[in-house]
Formats: sequence, C-alpha cells, structure tokens
Amino acid sequence: MSADWPAIRFIVNGESRAVRVPAMKRLLDVLREDLRLTGTKEGCGEGECGSCSVRMNGELVNSCLVPVLQAEGAEIETVEGLSSNGALHPLQQAFLECGGAQCGICTPGMLMAATHLLARNPHPSLAEIREGLAGNLCRCTGFIRIFESVIAAAGSTRGHRGPADHAR
Amino acid sequence: MRGNPEAHELLAPGNLAAVLALLAESPGEWTPIAGGTELMVAHAAGRLDAKKLVSLWGIAEMRFTRSEADRFVIGAGATFGDLRAHAELAAELPLIAKAASWIGAIANQNRATIGGNLVNGSPAADSSPAMLAYDTEVELISVRGTRRVAYSAFHTGYKRNVLAPDELMLAIHAPRRFAKHRQYLRKVGPRRAMAIAKVALGATALVENGAVNEIRLGAASLAPFPTRLHKAEAALQGRQVTAETIETACSELLAEARPIDDIRSTAEYRRHVGANLLKEFLLELGREPVP
Ligand SMILES: Cc1cc2nc3c(=O)[nH]c(=O)nc-3n(C[C@H](O)[C@H](O)[C@H](O)COP(=O)(O)OP(=O)(O)OC[C@H]3O[C@@H](n4cnc5c(N)ncnc54)[C@H](O)[C@@H]3O)c2cc1C
Ligand code: FES
Ligand code: FES
Repeated sequence: MSADWPAIRFIVNGESRAVRVPAMKRLLDVLREDLRLTGTKEGCGEGECGSCSVRMNGELVNSCLVPVLQAEGAEIETVEGLSSNGALHPLQQAFLECGGAQCGICTPGMLMAATHLLARNPHPSLAEIREGLAGNLCRCTGFIRIFESVIAAAGSTRGHRGPADHAR
Repeated sequence: MRGNPEAHELLAPGNLAAVLALLAESPGEWTPIAGGTELMVAHAAGRLDAKKLVSLWGIAEMRFTRSEADRFVIGAGATFGDLRAHAELAAELPLIAKAASWIGAIANQNRATIGGNLVNGSPAADSSPAMLAYDTEVELISVRGTRRVAYSAFHTGYKRNVLAPDELMLAIHAPRRFAKHRQYLRKVGPRRAMAIAKVALGATALVENGAVNEIRLGAASLAPFPTRLHKAEAALQGRQVTAETIETACSELLAEARPIDDIRSTAEYRRHVGANLLKEFLLELGREPVP
C-alpha cells in the first residue's frame, strides 16, 4: 500500500530523506510518524499554538498546516537539528539555565521560533522577542522565563538593562 | 473529526502554465491551494470538501512584488511576510504592511498569501480594507488569457467572487498615487494579531482647497463580503469636513452597512463601531492643514 505513493524528497537537518506517503499528509505527521522525529509536537493542529513550528527553506512555518508535497525539495530544520555532536545549542542551554521549559510541550516550537528570530535579528529588543514568539503559546511558564532564555542566548539585547527589566 | 489525507489528491505541477492547463481540462474540479492556512485548517477539522487540490506554493511566477512607474504589482502568491519585508511598498502604501502584520504571527505570515486571503473572501479578511482604500485591481488568469477587475467588484456575495472555475488570481495592481492622501486603517477586535476582526475600516482621502477631492472607504465585516462604503463616500465627496458632514457620512454608513450577526459580534455593534471608526478618520482628516 504505502509503496504506491510516489516518493517525496526533501532534506531534514542536513540529511536527504524520501517518504512514500499521501501528498496531503501533514509535514508534522511525516516528521513524527515516518521519520520518527518526535521532537516536533502537535498542540492545536490548526495553526494557533506554534508547538509544531519548524523552519522550511529558512522560514518559520507551522508544520501542521503544510501538506508534505509542498515541502518537496525543501530544507527542513527541526529541533533535533539544533544540537551538534551532543553539545546543546546556546538557546537550548539558555532554556535549561533560565527555566524556559516546564512541561516541555511548547519548547521545541519555542526553540525553532527563537532560532528563526536570532538568525534574522541577533540582538532583538524585548518587543521584538515578543513579536517573534507571538505565535507560540505556553501554558506553563508565563512566558517571562522564555523571554529571559532568549535574551540570555542572544548575549545582550538593545535597551536591556538586566533580567529584572523583563520581569515586568 | 480529523481529515484523512488519503481522501484527497494533491498535485504540484510547479509552474503556472501547467496549473492553468489542469484547471482548463476539467473546470471546477481542482481547488488551488497556496499557503494552505485556510484549507489545511479545514482539512484538520475534517471539513475540507475539495477532493482534488493543485498546489500554487513555490510557483515563482506568482510570488513576487514588482515596482513599476505608476503601480506596484503584487503576485497573488506573495506572502504577508514578503509584503512586510518590501521596504518601498511599506513606505508608500503603509496600510498594506500594517494589515500584513495582523495576519497571525510570523509562522502564519510566512505561509499566508495575499491571493489566498482575497479569494477566500471572508467578510473579515484583514487585507481587504487596505485593498479597497487603495483602489486596487486584481488580475485574473486562465488559459484564455488575463483580465483585470476592480477589486471593489471582485466579491459578489458571501464567499462568492467573479473568478471563473478555470481562473486563478495572478496579481494585485496597486496604484502609486497616495503619497498626498491621508491614510487610515484600524481594526477592532479582541486583540491586534491572531484575532479575527469584529470590524475594520481602511480609508484614503485627499483634501484640496478645503474640500474632500477624493475619498475611498473600505470596510471589513460591515457586509457579507469586504466592501466599499459608497454612500458614505458620496456624502463627503466635494464637501468640507465639518461636524455636519461627519454626521451625515456616519448616518449614511449606518444606513448602508449590512453586517452579519455571528459568534464574534452582533450586526448592531458592528454598525456602530464602523461609524465610530469613520468618525475618528474624519476628525483626523478635518484637522489636516489645508495645503
Ligand atoms: C493561526 C492563523 C491566524 C490567522 N489570522 C488571520 C488574520 O488575523 N486575518 C486574516 O485575514 N486571516 C487570518 N488567517 C487566515 C489565513 O491565514 C489568510 O486568509 C491567508 O491569507 C490565506 O492564504 P493561503 O495562501 O494560506 O490560503 P489557502 O488556504 O491556500 O487558500 C485559501 C483559498 O484561496 C484560494 N486560492 C488561494 N490562492 C489562489 C489564487 N492565486 N487564485 C485563486 N484561488 C486561490 C484557495 O482555493 C482557497 O479557497 C489566519 C489563519 C491562521 C491559521
Ligand atoms: S499544532 Fe501546529 S500550530 Fe498548533
Ligand atoms: S512549558 Fe509547558 S507549555 Fe510551555
């Protein structure tokens, strides 16, 4: 059965992959079920929560709304690609140190949204961090620790005078 | 109930000519899907009726923004992220960039296309008031050729438009003649981003020798589809902006608006908020120094 579907090829975290699945299958499900990359989470399944955020050709997208055929030939980055040789990415390290993750369901999406933000804007202001993460919902942390994690990873931000500044 | 991916066919021919040929072969059978931020949400809920879909994503001939001497030509496949990033467009036609910043958060803006927003035809579509206020035209294409239609005549009813079954929206033509106009766009909703507007008003007006020389009012959620407010415009055209003309224009708006009642708001509330937005714009306009 599954072999009946034409192969769809793309690159995930630098590796070429091919899947034979229905073209309308969500990229989210292909990552989780077919490629066993279960770091990417499903929250709402309708574009509202951001827990399924990945980067596709350098753009942040919600993988629950991407039919896998639209990812053909694309470069996909998921949370699994952040660490290298067992060393955490600075954002992952910062989330650990600043308490940016509690239950962890939102964390992979937060990390991808934050990666995307810092790739475009290495020293974002708090307002820019809020906007960059506005599509990612967290029901545990109250967001402040997440913003602090991003600030810590960025090293510094414009107009930032210390963590207390952000706690308001 | 979640949709079953096996129940839908999806093709990605990869170029415009091939998509148009497919549409022409069996008109009405194929549904275009661009960024999928409407259709995939319907799919997730198991209410995507279309069984055969053809992808427009990644077709370079549809995703562009071109500046010409007298207009911007915006590809229907341009995303709201693309439009926000276009510095020249954002400087000259700021209402478009402002509306683009409302279409969900970054991940949604990176997929949501302007063509998808306009063709989907929600009465509350966030890009529509600006498109109406800027007097845009939409360019439609099929194997039979292209044609241009005023955007104000594109919608014909609730989720209905002038597209033929074998046609796509190719581009939006936005004139570059609003530098001297007063421009306004405001949406009233629960919050700015990621929330569906209860009411929105976009407006452009040119005041010359103390009188309104040109005015366009584009409204979302004041009718079953995005619409110009022609009667309110007529009440202002050629007149001075005074307390009286403001009063008359607002009552014309109340008379011509025919919003729907839904879970987000009532028709009565929408009409009154619409009139308040118009009043806010006109008070600003009245304060403008006469050139
Ligand atoms: C989390 C979230 C938040 C959102 N917030 C907002 C918001 O604040 N304001 C707002 O207005 N919208 C919002 N939307 C809705 C949606 O993102 C927009 O309407 C978007 O612009 C749709 O574009 P698309 O390319 O994703 O459309 P698709 O889902 O790909 O298509 C939508 C419709 O347009 C048709 N279509 C697409 N392109 C063409 C074309 N070139 N020619 C002919 N037909 C075409 C399709 O057949 C379909 O009927 C939101 C959606 C989500 C998931
Ligand atoms: S699961 Fe994709 S946005 Fe919520
Ligand atoms: S840590 Fe639990 S949802 Fe964010």
